[in-house]
Amino acid sequence: MSEHIVTPKTYLIILACLVILTVTTVAAAFQDFGDLNNLIAVGIAVTKAALVVLFFMHGKWGSRMVKLAIFGAGLWLVFLLMITWFDYWSRGWMDGAMPF
Amino acid sequence: MSATGETTALQHHFDSMEQQRDTSTLGMWTFVAQEVMFFGGLFTAYLVYRVLHPKAFEIGSAHLDIWLGGINTAVLIASSFTMAMAVWAAQTGRRKQIGHFLVATLILGSVFLGIKAYEYNHKWHEHLVPGSHFALDSPYEDNVELFFCLYFAMTGMHALHMVIGVGLLLWFIVKAYKGRFTPEYSHPVEIFGLYWHFVDIVWIFLFPLLYLLGRH
Repeated sequence: MSEHIVTPKTYLIILACLVILTVTTVAAAFQDFGDLNNLIAVGIAVTKAALVVLFFMHGKWGSRMVKLAIFGAGLWLVFLLMITWFDYWSRGWMDGAMPF
Repeated sequence: MSATGETTALQHHFDSMEQQRDTSTLGMWTFVAQEVMFFGGLFTAYLVYRVLHPKAFEIGSAHLDIWLGGINTAVLIASSFTMAMAVWAAQTGRRKQIGHFLVATLILGSVFLGIKAYEYNHKWHEHLVPGSHFALDSPYEDNVELFFCLYFAMTGMHALHMVIGVGLLLWFIVKAYKGRFTPEYSHPVEIFGLYWHFVDIVWIFLFPLLYLLGRH
């Protein structure tokens, strides 16, 4: 893998995107979208993280081994959070006490 | 890493500069994956207690300063940009600029820690630091204290990573101004950048999860 040099122009565009997304997430937090508020906040955070990983951290141009490390870390985190979340969220359902 | 020039930049246990760069890059990504697991545990603890005590978490979150948190987010994003530019300067052989961009990163990182220290100090005076000092006039007092336990654990671990990053930056700045980094030997800067960007990503998640709950 030869190293890829990302231009300052690309970095500036990513910086602008990250700042815009930060302003958007703060503005969205003051609006009431019901349960969607959480989804919007996490969705924007995931988008920002993806921009940092792909461009600032050169993940887009990484070797296949590097991509595997990134994918593995992300997948592991999703497993940990989702399985734990479903467990706690669904507790008590069997007793007939539905949370919604 | 005792490289003093292009001739000694290649460590004896590697065949080529390319192999050395690929190996150290993968090694750093593996470390970052390990860090994801470490912070993942904290985020999972946050998720569990937020599902169990949604109201208390909203009350706790309302006690955080959204503007200071927002400014700190912008400061950290800007520091990631200057870090990325330092890597670019190293790759393209702009020796002086490497140091300049690293100094800019150091300043922004220090501003972040300064604002964080101000926030912590403020929380102490508001009796929002968990422990015997904690006091809040709310029926949810105990669970709000739990929120602040998580707040201090998560932002505290993040701040510790920032302090380590700032310390490493000082060392990199000295090396940069001594002209140790060349296009052939730029990967130490790149690898440190991976660490710095990772710490930025942690904050990208901490900010909405801690500061932006129940604002509407």
